[in-house]
Amino acid sequence: MKIISFIFAFQSVIIQNSTSTIWMENDKDKIISDVTLNDYKYGFHTDIETEIIPVGLNEEVIKIISSKKNEPEWMLEFRLKAYGYWQTITVPGWAHLKLPEINYQEISYYAAPKQKVSPAGIEEVDPQLLETFNKLGIPLDEQKLLTGVAVDAVIDSVSVKTTFKKNLAELGIIFCSISEAIQQHPDLVKKYLGTVVPFRDNYFAALNSAVFSDGSFCYIPKGVRCPMELSTYFRINAANTGQFERTLLIADDDSYVSYLEGCTAPRRDENQLHAAVVELVAMNNAEIKYSTVQNWYPGDKEGKGGILNFVTKRGICKGRNSKISWTQVETGSAITWKYPSCILRGENSTGEFYSVAVTNNFQQADTGTKMIHIGKNTRSTIISKGISAGKSNNSYRGLVRIAGSAENSRNFSQCDSLLLGDKCGAHTFPYIEVDNKSSIVEHEATTSKISEDQMFYCNQRGISTEDAIGLIVNGYAKEVLNKLPMEFAVEAQKLLQISLEGSVG
Amino acid sequence: MLSIKNLSVSIKGKQILKGINFDVRPGEVHAIMGPNGSGKSTLASVLAGSAAFEVTEGQVLYMGQNLFDMRPEDRARAGIFLGFQYPIEIPGVSMANFMKTALKEVRNYRGLGALSSSDFMKLMREKISLVEIDSKLINRSVNEGFSGGEKKKNEIFQMAMLEPKLSILDETDSGLDIDALRIVANGVTKLKRPDNSFIVITHYQRLLNYIVPDYVHILYDGRIVKSAGKELAYELEEKGYDWIKNSNDDL
Repeated sequence: MKIISFIFAFQSVIIQNSTSTIWMENDKDKIISDVTLNDYKYGFHTDIETEIIPVGLNEEVIKIISSKKNEPEWMLEFRLKAYGYWQTITVPGWAHLKLPEINYQEISYYAAPKQKVSPAGIEEVDPQLLETFNKLGIPLDEQKLLTGVAVDAVIDSVSVKTTFKKNLAELGIIFCSISEAIQQHPDLVKKYLGTVVPFRDNYFAALNSAVFSDGSFCYIPKGVRCPMELSTYFRINAANTGQFERTLLIADDDSYVSYLEGCTAPRRDENQLHAAVVELVAMNNAEIKYSTVQNWYPGDKEGKGGILNFVTKRGICKGRNSKISWTQVETGSAITWKYPSCILRGENSTGEFYSVAVTNNFQQADTGTKMIHIGKNTRSTIISKGISAGKSNNSYRGLVRIAGSAENSRNFSQCDSLLLGDKCGAHTFPYIEVDNKSSIVEHEATTSKISEDQMFYCNQRGISTEDAIGLIVNGYAKEVLNKLPMEFAVEAQKLLQISLEGSVG
Repeated sequence: MLSIKNLSVSIKGKQILKGINFDVRPGEVHAIMGPNGSGKSTLASVLAGSAAFEVTEGQVLYMGQNLFDMRPEDRARAGIFLGFQYPIEIPGVSMANFMKTALKEVRNYRGLGALSSSDFMKLMREKISLVEIDSKLINRSVNEGFSGGEKKKNEIFQMAMLEPKLSILDETDSGLDIDALRIVANGVTKLKRPDNSFIVITHYQRLLNYIVPDYVHILYDGRIVKSAGKELAYELEEKGYDWIKNSNDDL
């Protein structure tokens, strides 16, 4: 007997301002708006010469991109097929988002800094480039060596420097730009690219597959535990340059890797499209931890500008006992539209999704995850913490699908929303589909705001309202922040406070 | 230290306090007693700076400053402490983190630097033993899952940490068993110094056996109807609130 249950829960909570006769009312509103406004800390851009292809998207442009990268024929074919498909479809309209009109012919699809790639040492890297990395807090020098984090830095569309390649190579670990991987490890790329996110998956995956510029490629061989956190930092530099990253991470049998992705972007007037694709493959007994701290330019206080973050991220737990964990802290972007997901094919495999998504001012988010249970005894955990402030709208959209074959599977989902102020919105759209009788699905949801009583209690202990919000928000997000690798956890905590507390660190 | 003159307070248009007058000098303990609805908690909340109430008349001077010109957090930093009748829970924020932040602000206001982590932990442990709470408290979220008695003890613990000049204890004894009452009261007595003061709001005389007041004020229908020394508390206990109601309703 089949049991299919669809649960559509639409919770739209707009908190009304209820108390009257408050002589501090205007003050309180002012404090909340001061706290939730922030001058974008990373608003600057690097003035290095960049070579940009003129705007527009057509087969010619794709051929130029492919030839500039010296790609083999099969790669160009892949791109052209994707482009052909993309032309036949339209942007989906089911999201709880107000999407701006994007003219795809007004974007340039390639920008490479004039710097010649493959420096043997730091002295060969453009000093302005290095300064950019320093401003972003990623010193690509000996100090980084000591902390043991390998960095594959992407400026705009081209990878400029890859550290630690040698050390990792000794273990058989491949960690390089995807452009390089296409040249040096074509068999691996051919085998896995597009298998987790086929170009037909959605509009932006098709676009990305056609015009992706660069990204990370990683392969962990059998039995190897990657000894350091792998990381990528990238920025969108030139105006009107869509950023189309493609990342492919493969963990072979019995391997382990922890990957950090963090990005910042400079202030811009025009929207910038960021349509990345990330594919993860975990084989038998392998584990992939993928952590993201996202701080893209969110637009100004009137809601103008900001990055459009339309990302397709998916991992397949191909092997038995494999595990994929997605951890994300999203505080930036004008619009965030992404569902890092897990396909749990291998028996006993596990998928996890931990997320804190903050929206402020006029930001919008429609984000969540999909856990697709196919194999027996598979497990998934979803912990989503949304924080809305200002006039923003924050939606969680999650799918838990348990196929008939996924006997004895289990899911636990918890999605919480925290509202700051009375003009923001929080929404939840959970979907649950269960096709067998032996599985268990649990779903919990809470919606809360910081109560005036809590605020007064903190005030009465000498803590300012701004600091109190910071304390409470970090306490609320603690469960997710604890999942981040330590290097990121501190940055993430600071980020949360900055995105909600003005200049208080 | 504290000078209340003709204080009238309302909430949502309803008048609660109708002209309160009294002074508190350093080193003094004042008890405020009265039936439910008389305005005791309102007085405490207004002094602490709760935004829910409207001051319709009167003035309060704290250490010579106009109290109503100060934000609640500034009143706290200047040394006013309110032991809440119903302490609220703050999930996710550990007691240690909470106290560290609060103490930093208070010390900063007093021109003192922040304590080192080890000094802070030492101070925490010292004060925890004063109030005889479980030291596991440090890692629990503020008041989350605390029993009624633990919440009250936690208020006294925080008071001990922050060393206020004026402590207002709003029915700290309600809901406590005899042992807890003794512990709380002892905690307060140990913190009493010649340069700090207490306003103790309570229904029952028994707390005042441990925390001996210099003055007892009886609050009824928003006014102080009787003030005297500690014997007044015994008299009230003996005669009950009807005695007060009768003598005042006739007026």
